[in-house]
Amino acid sequence: MPDNQNELLAEIAKIIGSLRPPSEPITLTTSIGRDLGLDSVEVMDFVMILEDRFDISIPLDNIAEVETVGDLCSVVKSIAKSGVA
Amino acid sequence: MTIFKKYDHVKTALSAYSEAYRNPFNICFDRIQSPVEAVYQGKPVLLLGTNNYLGFTFDEVCIEAGRTALAEAGTGTTGSRVANGTYAGHTALEARIAEFYGRRSAMVFSTGYQANLGMVAALAGKGDTLFIDADSHASIYDAARLSTANVIRFRHNDPNDLARRLARTDRSSGSCLIVVEGIYSMMGDSAPLREIAAVKREAGAYLMVDEAHAMGVLGEHGRGLCEAHGVEADVDFVVGTFSKSLGTIGGFAVSDHEDFDILRVTSRPYMFTASLPPSIIATAHAALGRIMEQPTRGAVVWSNGLRLYSGLKRLGFELGPEPNPIVAVQMPNPDIALAFWNRLLDYGIYLNLALPPATPSGSALLRASVTAAHTETNINQALAAFADVGAELGLIRRGCVAHASADEPRAVQAGE
Repeated sequence: MPDNQNELLAEIAKIIGSLRPPSEPITLTTSIGRDLGLDSVEVMDFVMILEDRFDISIPLDNIAEVETVGDLCSVVKSIAKSGVA
Repeated sequence: MTIFKKYDHVKTALSAYSEAYRNPFNICFDRIQSPVEAVYQGKPVLLLGTNNYLGFTFDEVCIEAGRTALAEAGTGTTGSRVANGTYAGHTALEARIAEFYGRRSAMVFSTGYQANLGMVAALAGKGDTLFIDADSHASIYDAARLSTANVIRFRHNDPNDLARRLARTDRSSGSCLIVVEGIYSMMGDSAPLREIAAVKREAGAYLMVDEAHAMGVLGEHGRGLCEAHGVEADVDFVVGTFSKSLGTIGGFAVSDHEDFDILRVTSRPYMFTASLPPSIIATAHAALGRIMEQPTRGAVVWSNGLRLYSGLKRLGFELGPEPNPIVAVQMPNPDIALAFWNRLLDYGIYLNLALPPATPSGSALLRASVTAAHTETNINQALAAFADVGAELGLIRRGCVAHASADEPRAVQAGE
């Protein structure tokens, strides 16, 4: 798990790029639905990849409020920090 | 801006279908004539997209049972199971379902959707973790939202992925419940239950199997995939429906657990809805009796499914991973799927058009399903239509043959 926000963002951007190459560079304010065009099932599939990449559990209710890549970084960081899901 | 503004994108997507020759989302049959025949816009159609697996919707014994109960007990109960809505018929049906599954207890819900909602949401509470297959039915996803448990999704039909996700979970604060389906409703594929049961045992988790599409179809006695795979002892909860093989509406759950019946006063989708009308209860009871008397009917459905699956495969169509009563035909995109669906209707064949996000992996599907009431002639009629339309739309070569040579080996039934 990367220690700082930029490294985490870069990791997440890399995974998004492998799913669907974005037209604009991915930043913390990139909207997952509007800018990346991922539908609800694609978001859940994306979360599965994140779980495997960082070896953590991200319960589905934790992503209900996620809108931006920054929100997602926060969720991943808080789960990794607490060590439990 | 209106309250419906958020659905603008759905409206746009739907308009493409509304402008089509026929709109697949608002089909209304003029008349239903038998489990496999209807009249649509004045013309006869073969029903190849129902869940009427055993063809019991017009069964004389079931109709008579329903008629008698309607006359004797009235049109409805007007109350929930925990208030005035439990009649002798409801408890007799629960006893019969428990007997059928060889389980200690059964609970009847008002629909199959509510059975999943009521079971999952009440079983998996705060501190528990719920593991659901990625291709789960909407009722399981909705149940996960109603539940206060942590919800983890695992890759479809992948026991190793499930094991990996279980291993990551902190289990000190609660229990783990794994939910899978016997046969998945869109692709018609079945769960690798033996492997999933092994993962469940290893992890000390609970296992619930939704047998909605497998009841009456798989297993020597029709008890579904759990029976066919010989894993009933590992399955803590079986959920099912009356709206498929039993030909009516309603849902149920069975278990051997000594505390199972506590769900009658803790499961909100069980408690806060009206119970099923006596006539529905009576038809479900009669249909279950028919399965118990004649479990071989499931084999007829299965061989019809195999006939359709093999024929379509020979024609060159891309299908779901295994033959079952549900046969999913992959379409290259939603537009061709819609055109194909429309042309089949011209040929007098009705089946289901299934589009993302209701389908796995964003695929567009024509979902066919067979019943014990289909004849060989019916299946051949469907295959001939598929051959013509497939060639017309450029999906297969013209002149492909759907029929097997006489020496084709017998396929093995799922679970054998």
